[in-house]
Amino acid sequence: MTSPALRAADVHMALGGAPVLHGVSFDVAPGETIALMGGNGSGKTTLVRAIIGALPLTSGSIEIDGRPTSPDARAHLGYVPQRISASAGVSATATEIVVSGLLRGRRLAPPPHAKARALDALRAVGLADLASRDVNAMSGGQQQRVLIARAMVRRPTLLILDEPVAGVDLPSQEVFSEALTQLKAGGATIVVVLHEVGMLADLIDRAVVLDRGRVVHVGEPPHAHGDHAMPGHEHLHPHDDDPNRPGPDTPTFEITV
Amino acid sequence: MEIFTDPLMQRALVVALLVGLSAPVIGTYLVQRRMALLGDGIGHVALAGVAAGWLAGSLANFTQRDALALPGAVIFAILAAVTIERLRERGTSPADVAMAILFYGGIATGVLLIGMAGGTGSNLLGYLFGSISTVTWVDVWITVALSGLILVVGLGLRHALFSVTHDQDFAIASGLPVRALNLLVAVLAAVTITVAMRVVGVLLVSALMILPVAIAQQFSRSFARTMRIAMFVGAVLCVAGLTITYYRDLQPGALIVVLGVFAYAIAAGIRAATQARSSRGTEPA
Repeated sequence: MTSPALRAADVHMALGGAPVLHGVSFDVAPGETIALMGGNGSGKTTLVRAIIGALPLTSGSIEIDGRPTSPDARAHLGYVPQRISASAGVSATATEIVVSGLLRGRRLAPPPHAKARALDALRAVGLADLASRDVNAMSGGQQQRVLIARAMVRRPTLLILDEPVAGVDLPSQEVFSEALTQLKAGGATIVVVLHEVGMLADLIDRAVVLDRGRVVHVGEPPHAHGDHAMPGHEHLHPHDDDPNRPGPDTPTFEITV
Repeated sequence: MEIFTDPLMQRALVVALLVGLSAPVIGTYLVQRRMALLGDGIGHVALAGVAAGWLAGSLANFTQRDALALPGAVIFAILAAVTIERLRERGTSPADVAMAILFYGGIATGVLLIGMAGGTGSNLLGYLFGSISTVTWVDVWITVALSGLILVVGLGLRHALFSVTHDQDFAIASGLPVRALNLLVAVLAAVTITVAMRVVGVLLVSALMILPVAIAQQFSRSFARTMRIAMFVGAVLCVAGLTITYYRDLQPGALIVVLGVFAYAIAAGIRAATQARSSRGTEPA
């Protein structure tokens, strides 16, 4: 039997002593595209950072291709962060950043033809002409495309994206959608954190919806057809200040399928 | 050229050249991670190491009581760097306070230990402000070895160190040995500081790591080019400063840093003028 490409089993996590995830479990089949959804504070980014190994679990397990998450297991993982972190203290060109995506595990130097591969990845996101430009001089959308190219150049079998299109201009969103379509066609497994499915609706196979650190829905994405806004989005935390608010087992938003 | 035949200047020039080349390599990674002041902190603790080495030399009745000063500085600086890295890794806000306590504790411990060794604060002056004119051939060979280590590791692992200092989460996701690489940067910073300490002193040691990078950034849009220019600038500043002090009675460490500040001001001015000219050129008529 084929192992899931990604499995979260009874994942509990705490940040600064405060529980954030409460027994999150789900599987992602090889080649499947999952939207990880939920309101602010639902635990999506914490879960993603656990999957990539940046945060420790309190209990439970995360497996990639049937192996506990570890540097070796993550060797073919691609990651696009939520925040645009292309800019840093020292200037760096788009090519330099994309080449860094070719390192993995104990391979601490890029392979031969790294620059050519980086240029191919930048061409795929429409930035071949800006390969030598300082990313600090690029727009937010262009910077995000550089980060997508950095993930793509790894030819990942599992791609994790944390709100990759949040605050990104429309052309960059379209390029991103096209890049994801190509990766999916190539058999990659994709987990993408989204507030709304938007123009990615056709790519999403299933949605895993979190609410206050618990999985409250697994299945078709909320409002996958037509309306791009997540239904009841504004109601995800309608009673945050209400001491009598429903318990965590009671989802407080509607799912329209 | 008398300067090149004077054995004292020969030793000093070799040390200045090596420090000028190697310090900006680690400085580039520190600026990348926005930890430009790390060198100052480690330098303060290195001073305690100098005094501890001095005390050990006194207790062992060494003829040259500061024979163990440099090894002491290396050990203390590495311990400080590892501690700071652990605090940074934890990422909690009190880490700032803990680091400050470490730094103040370092310099105060240094003054106390040097007193216990029978010395005075003035014995530390050479380490506080540099004493490149007193380097021995043993110092030169130690500098050659440590600078070589910094250059080989800092340049050889530049892609991995760039990845870790640029976007740590991505490096973790890629399966890179992030903790080991972070520790390596911290330890290399500690080694750099103890090497550069002889040139400019612990109070100005950060300047040799950071100023050349700040100058290089005015002319470079790529990480690799920034590092190369910074190495060139660092070497030129150190050798030029030392050369001037051969002919004028000035303190070499302080002069090197002041030259660097002037060079930065000129570089920033040239960049601003260039940008203003290019923006005028693109304005619609």
